Amino acid sequence: MHPAPSVILFSVLSGLGFGMLAWLGIGKPPMTGFSAFIFFFVAYALSVGGLLSATFHLGNPKNSLKAFSQWRTSWLSREGCCAIAALTVMGVYAIGAIFFETHWMFVGVIGAMLSVVTVFTTSMIYAQLKTVPRWNHWSTPVLFVSLSIFGGALMTGQVTVAMYGFVAVGLIQIFAWFISDSSFSKSGTTIETATGLGNIGKVRMFEPPHTGTNYLLKEMVYVIGRKHAAKLRLIAIILMIVIPILMIGMGAQHGIKAIIAVLSHVVGVFASRWLFFAQAEHVVGLYYGKRG
Amino acid sequence: MTALPPKSDVKLGLVIDLDTCVGCHACVISCKGWNTENYGAPLSDQDAYGENPSGTFLNRVHSYEVQPEQGAAQTIHFPKSCLHCEDAPCVTVCPTGASYKRAEDGIVLVNEDACIGCGLCAWACPYGARELDQAAGVMKKCTLCVDRIYNENLPEEDREPACVRTCPSGARHFGDLGDADSAVSKLVEERGGMDLMPELGTKPVNKYLPPRPKDQGNEIDILAPLLAPIATETSGFLGWLDRNLEKI
Repeated sequence: MHPAPSVILFSVLSGLGFGMLAWLGIGKPPMTGFSAFIFFFVAYALSVGGLLSATFHLGNPKNSLKAFSQWRTSWLSREGCCAIAALTVMGVYAIGAIFFETHWMFVGVIGAMLSVVTVFTTSMIYAQLKTVPRWNHWSTPVLFVSLSIFGGALMTGQVTVAMYGFVAVGLIQIFAWFISDSSFSKSGTTIETATGLGNIGKVRMFEPPHTGTNYLLKEMVYVIGRKHAAKLRLIAIILMIVIPILMIGMGAQHGIKAIIAVLSHVVGVFASRWLFFAQAEHVVGLYYGKRG
Repeated sequence: MTALPPKSDVKLGLVIDLDTCVGCHACVISCKGWNTENYGAPLSDQDAYGENPSGTFLNRVHSYEVQPEQGAAQTIHFPKSCLHCEDAPCVTVCPTGASYKRAEDGIVLVNEDACIGCGLCAWACPYGARELDQAAGVMKKCTLCVDRIYNENLPEEDREPACVRTCPSGARHFGDLGDADSAVSKLVEERGGMDLMPELGTKPVNKYLPPRPKDQGNEIDILAPLLAPIATETSGFLGWLDRNLEKI
């Protein structure tokens, strides 16, 4: 799949932002006044900034408001509804913490749950697609949600939780890569089932329908950069998991070590998310004689 | 609404005969011609006369080579457009309700006034039947020529999809696949019409008729002796000539 920068930016930043909001909602850290404002400002900048960058991906954004209408069937619509609900509820909670020096726990807990559910709905946009076997697995939502929760823990200074969490996230990430490498061949969809010609013999692309490229090839048959996938995976896991854990182990509560831990983690998540898209093979590639 | 409608009795769709399709692409052109100036935004082209042309099409013809275990390979031309699936995944993923399946005849359409161009429906479709128009920013797909098939301003013989009307080899058929007695349903029954990627559970309405088995007789072999390679060991005059020509 085409790794659109706007969608990668959106899913990484809003994942972190909603992860932060989830921790802030349960009163961790228990800040009030100006220091609470700083935390909420960063969390809102990430989540709202991420959502705005997603709209750059749209071909016709003027109809965006209609996207809140189909929550009964569409994960994308559910995501929009949950995001607005989470941001609104957490906004009320933030007003309490910043201006009234109180934590309305009931509001905060609901806001925290909505924040986590928002990240879950984001992950389900991808996990629901049978057409992309690599994504169509329970490890997709587990990875997205755990990355968001523990990335949020790091951002809100819950370093001990973040450290143990990152060990788990690292294992989930490696498991997801391991499982997804064989998911296309295990899905049972082949050029033979795609064309229905398998009972005659072995099928091969003879001539494509067009000599140039098209939307389908650009969007769903993206193949650039796969040869570096193994190296990028190593870089992603080191930056996303290993360096932050080392920094926390060396006492990254504040200061330069904390900044290194956060920056390394964020860059690592970008690398992981880029691979999530760039390595995903859509079954339509079979019609073009390209597996994915 | 992007919820799928209750199952309708009428299932309009196409039956495509892979045995008779000659791969002329006339259906591709007639489809583009009709649909660029009728339902919704035109089907735009980018860099149409330049080095790297591309454009939006609702119907494309692939060609495959199929190699049986024994015997000669076969070339099969393979037109592909929206299959108007009964369980259309492109419909339920749509966040705005722009992508919908009509209850009355099962045609899957895009309401361009509600489409945000997010492209998720194209991701959900296994068949590559949807293309986001790069000029209009909205999703385009086969409408089954909904503006022809019910159009009483057209002569009756033209009230079928443009691709079916134009096909010179009669490889495309249009009709109600929900009616077991319709001509298309009988054709599917007789020829063993099949679904594409049935394992994905989309339940396509359009069916493909597999190529008929090829003759495996020996009659073409009457010319075979003439095609046998000439003797590699030569003697007599030809041998003398061969040896001397070799020396020059």
